[in-house]
Amino acid sequence: MSASDNALSGEVVRSTTARRRRRGGRSWTFYVLAALFSLYVLALYGPMICIYILSFQDVRGGLVFPMKGFSLHWFNDLFTQVRTGDVKGSFDRSIRLAVMVTVLTVVISFMSGLAFRKRFVGDTVVFYLMIGSLVAPGLVLGIGVGLIWSWLGIEPSWYTSALGAQLSWTLPFGVLVMFAVMSRFQNVWEEAARDLGATPMQTIRLVVIPILAPGLIAVALFGFTLSYDEFARTLQTAGSLNTLPLEIWSMTLNVTSPSLYSLGTVTTIVSFVIIGACLGAIALIQKRRAERVAHD
Amino acid sequence: MAITNGSIELAGVVKTYDGSATRAVDGVNLKIPDGAYVCFLGPSGCGKTTILRMIAGHEDPTDGEIMIGGENVVGLTPSERRTAMMFQSYALFPHLNVRDNIAFALRVRGMGSAERRKAADAMIEKVRLTELADRLPGQLSGGQQQRVALARAAITSPKVLLLDEPLSALDEQLRVQMRQELCRMQRDLGITFIHVTHTQMEAIAIADMVVVMEKGQIKQAGPARDVYDQPQDRYVAEFLGGQNVLRGKVEKIEGDQAIVVSPEMRDVAVPVGARRGLVPGAEIDFAVRRDDVELTRPERHHAAGRAALATRVRGVEYQGNFVKVLLDHVGGDQLVAYVPDRVFYSDPLAIGDVVMAGWHTEKARMLA
Repeated sequence: MSASDNALSGEVVRSTTARRRRRGGRSWTFYVLAALFSLYVLALYGPMICIYILSFQDVRGGLVFPMKGFSLHWFNDLFTQVRTGDVKGSFDRSIRLAVMVTVLTVVISFMSGLAFRKRFVGDTVVFYLMIGSLVAPGLVLGIGVGLIWSWLGIEPSWYTSALGAQLSWTLPFGVLVMFAVMSRFQNVWEEAARDLGATPMQTIRLVVIPILAPGLIAVALFGFTLSYDEFARTLQTAGSLNTLPLEIWSMTLNVTSPSLYSLGTVTTIVSFVIIGACLGAIALIQKRRAERVAHD
Repeated sequence: MAITNGSIELAGVVKTYDGSATRAVDGVNLKIPDGAYVCFLGPSGCGKTTILRMIAGHEDPTDGEIMIGGENVVGLTPSERRTAMMFQSYALFPHLNVRDNIAFALRVRGMGSAERRKAADAMIEKVRLTELADRLPGQLSGGQQQRVALARAAITSPKVLLLDEPLSALDEQLRVQMRQELCRMQRDLGITFIHVTHTQMEAIAIADMVVVMEKGQIKQAGPARDVYDQPQDRYVAEFLGGQNVLRGKVEKIEGDQAIVVSPEMRDVAVPVGARRGLVPGAEIDFAVRRDDVELTRPERHHAAGRAALATRVRGVEYQGNFVKVLLDHVGGDQLVAYVPDRVFYSDPLAIGDVVMAGWHTEKARMLA
């Protein structure tokens, strides 16, 4: 047997071992990583799941395990008892604030995404200022906004000072997401639209926005969820009326019943409904497109 | 102002970019007749795409005039110019299907949905994409995408269609096929096509008129055969290929021939042609087509009216219908002969063989 034959048979042996390993058991690293990941998921969702479970106790229920009975008592309590706080009012404010923040974030992020494609004077400075606001401690930033408002002699409120403070948090996120989205946008599409006779507005409406739509929905989701559960920046800027996270926080100080947990469950459900609605909308758009394709 | 024909005239067109001292386009003058198929040919950065974009109305010249159908179009939009462009990567809108892509220009002009659908479907049939009309661009092959791009550009019946490296995204086989498709479309539409490419084979295969560019300037413009067969200078000859470009010194002038010498060449006669006023001692370039070079064994006597130089075979490449024989360098230029394969194999040469490379004197061409 020549040297090359030897090398060849060695290759064959090695590849059969590899095949056996692939078909049979997995390597030990798989089990280590799987265990690690399971722990991670448990740590991520465990605490929240505890809250959801405990919110379904009956009237004898307390703030800690073990679970006592099963009912919707504390949900009922949440919406009927006045002592639990202004849940409805704060929820209402939080949703309105989140909608305003979302709209502003989407519009401003979209426009800066378009603007940052070109170099302009001070673009790096603007970019780093934006990132700076992302890393600045939220509580301090909130206090600062509150200070400026009182210095200007304006009464802080959830729809002015808190709106501004929240935007300082959602805009950098929105713009960064937009940058990622824009990196796959080809400027030549706009040029092609212009070549075909589209006005700048038609180009935005018929080409740029439809192509960027999934990214814009992502920015909107970011804006909404970041605003909906924002606490640190809102604390000193919301004025006399609380948003939902502030209300929950104040409830933790004086409410000692599982209705606090039911509130957690309800707000989570709201979040998931909104996210679900957005994803559903995307799915629907895609289905419509596919159907139009099929019917045509 | 309505542009009714696709003749183009560039007059003293200059383009400079901010912060750059060099001129991307440096004083270009050119007349293109209506309905011509023109190829701008040159290496990347020679300004050919810039010229295309200025004709298209995507960039404004720094100086000079661009006339389409006799009207100065500088400052007009692409649709006012009646031009349409096919972009290098096609730039099809990824969210619109083939039909909506093609109908886009009609949509932005406010045409009703039923009407534009009818027009788009007619165009789709013309480019033979009927069964793909509802696909999205991402679901099409490169060749199909190109046909969509062509249809999208042609739907407004432009007078000039501008194609920026239209075949560069395709593989070799498809490229040759699409070349014919472009020619067919151009004949069908009967409009001016301006095609930018860096591939000389592509240019000479399809163009009525080839414009060779270098560093923002036109080096030579004319019918493909003229540019290939009668290059005006070393740059054009080397870029189009198929030529040996040799350099030597004029020893003396004998009638309408210059006798050229160099360390490797002895008494090579070159017709003076258009270069009158040559004086002995001048350094000149001349070109001989590679397929005009004949290789003979040195013992054979060489006839009068022929130029010849002794050289050695350095390499042999079989090319199918001919054999490319690489010979010694003459000065800085490698001498190459294309020998028909039947001729070559009747007396095959081996690497290292000493041969005489000869050509009929009148086949040599003086370069500027």
